[in-house]
Amino acid sequence: MKLELNDQQKMIQKMVKEFAEKEIAPIAAELDKKEEYPTKILEKMAKLGLLGTIIPTEYGGAGLDTISYAIVVEEISRKCASTGVITSVHNSLVAWPIMKYGTEEQKKKYLPILAKGEKIGAFAATEPNAGSDLGAMQTSAVLKGNKYIINGDKTFITSGSEAGIIILFAVTDKSAGPKGISAFIVESDMKGYKVGSIYEKLGINASKTSELIFEDMEVPKENLLSKEGEGFKIALSTLDGGRIGIAAQAVGIAQAALDESIEYSKQRQQFGRPLAKFQAIQWMIADMATRIEASRYLVYNAAYVKDNGGHFSKEAAMAKLFASETAMEAVIKAVQIHGGYGYTKEYTVERLFRDAKITEIYEGTSEVQRMVIASSLLR
Amino acid sequence: MNIIVCAKQVVDVSEMKVDPNTKKPILQGVPQKISDIDKNAIEEAIKIKDKHGGKITVVTVGSSDAKEGIKELLAMGADEGVLISSPDKCDYRVVSSLLAEAIKKIGEYDIVLCGEASIDMFSGQVGPRLAGLLNMPQITYAQNVNAEKDKTVAVRNMGDKSVTTESSYPVLITVTKEINEPRLPSLMQILGAANKPINEWSADSLTKDLEPKVETLELKGIPMERKNIVYKDDVDDSVKKLVDSLAKEGVLR
Repeated sequence: MKLELNDQQKMIQKMVKEFAEKEIAPIAAELDKKEEYPTKILEKMAKLGLLGTIIPTEYGGAGLDTISYAIVVEEISRKCASTGVITSVHNSLVAWPIMKYGTEEQKKKYLPILAKGEKIGAFAATEPNAGSDLGAMQTSAVLKGNKYIINGDKTFITSGSEAGIIILFAVTDKSAGPKGISAFIVESDMKGYKVGSIYEKLGINASKTSELIFEDMEVPKENLLSKEGEGFKIALSTLDGGRIGIAAQAVGIAQAALDESIEYSKQRQQFGRPLAKFQAIQWMIADMATRIEASRYLVYNAAYVKDNGGHFSKEAAMAKLFASETAMEAVIKAVQIHGGYGYTKEYTVERLFRDAKITEIYEGTSEVQRMVIASSLLR
Repeated sequence: MNIIVCAKQVVDVSEMKVDPNTKKPILQGVPQKISDIDKNAIEEAIKIKDKHGGKITVVTVGSSDAKEGIKELLAMGADEGVLISSPDKCDYRVVSSLLAEAIKKIGEYDIVLCGEASIDMFSGQVGPRLAGLLNMPQITYAQNVNAEKDKTVAVRNMGDKSVTTESSYPVLITVTKEINEPRLPSLMQILGAANKPINEWSADSLTKDLEPKVETLELKGIPMERKNIVYKDDVDDSVKKLVDSLAKEGVLR
């Protein structure tokens, strides 16, 4: 067993790190402040193939393994967590289910567009009354002729107002419970598709999170993903993979908190010596670094199991649970190390503090992750 | 247009620290990278190739670690790499003659591109030495290169002025950092680089004259410590003390 990235993965890491430092870091704070979607960054990322990281080469992607993908999301999130989640959703939650469950026609039609970043992807499952309990969703899809007529609304949709291709879940058979849910590939210019309100959030402000409303939306029959009734299964398996992306995002945020803390504690002088000379600060740095390292290996492990065809729900849940709680712990310590300055918007750790919290909530709360882990152990 | 680019793998000097007691640079654990200005040379080579077609070969003298750096240049757009194993002791003369022999062995070339100097030692000798050994015209410190079909026109950065120079082919050009912005390779290019060849040549297969003439006795960092002197008296007194102190340090004359 060798716990080391291969040469190719190292090169990818170096490239994405350089890209993020050069193109993202200088504008991340401004995008957060203005709540501005990182359109220009995404265009540049598309040119480097970063929006099609996991999409097979025959559909215009880079066809990379999940570890490489996790590296991409971590390095992007290290400079901008909003861009990190947009990348994760686009790849894990939109491209992946099409790769896995789509017909050849669907793959040919949608994957190249996603790989080139011509349209950004969104995943629409959550509803006002169906969050962790996805089976309780009410959005309905009724087949009329060769079209499904979809009515309902979705909430907390990452990139909701910006996305062009949406994986949408709706009930096709009310009497069947979760087995009555189906998945669809929807385009934002379909008749009856509407963007509702855009949320004002605590963090990840550059990723537009919105409501989506469907009023008699007409979706061609051929846009059904897999078969009717397969939606719940598709959602769960897709979210398993998505959790690796979010865990990688959390590692990126935590690493950024550590980077900032190390730099600041070496420079800031109190009582005639740098903060880094105080044991209280050293211990915080040591704890942060240790947990980050552990989180990163959990992410790589989940990615490794996924790439080798294993069942990875538990591994992905563990990675997401541990990495997101690590991110939260790291940003709290980072602000503490920065003292009063860390509480101001002048310093990056203030943004990291706000960005970290969501990683414990979306794509399955920490409580849901514990449910997944426990249920796989107590079967 | 066949282009040969000479590149060097160096320690990332921005990550390097100096031992406060011995003043010696601490090299252990410091990451390596392709010298920044050599990336400008590759970028320029890619631009010339885009315009005229041809082939780009990267030549490096270094340890096997340098393969990683060569792969990065292949990902950026070079076609082939040559890694010459570095002798234990090396000076600029030895490196230049190894590169010259390798370039002769490669054979066909119209342009040899180098960075003006490497970011670690910054001697700036290798380019001009190579031109001498290969008996070809050279244009150093190019901040702009316009490679035309039969000649190259380059603007040289001479500090306080710039000089436009022209040369027929073959020509050796050393470039400065301002000449361009090196590109990042895309994921697909990184994947593609794995299939591009890197040839490894041993130093003594190229030349037997490997004895360095220059001996490095010691490397020491320049300490830049703050004096942390604060003048708290009234302004006139403080200014006087500050000026006296600067004069004493030799900053003011």
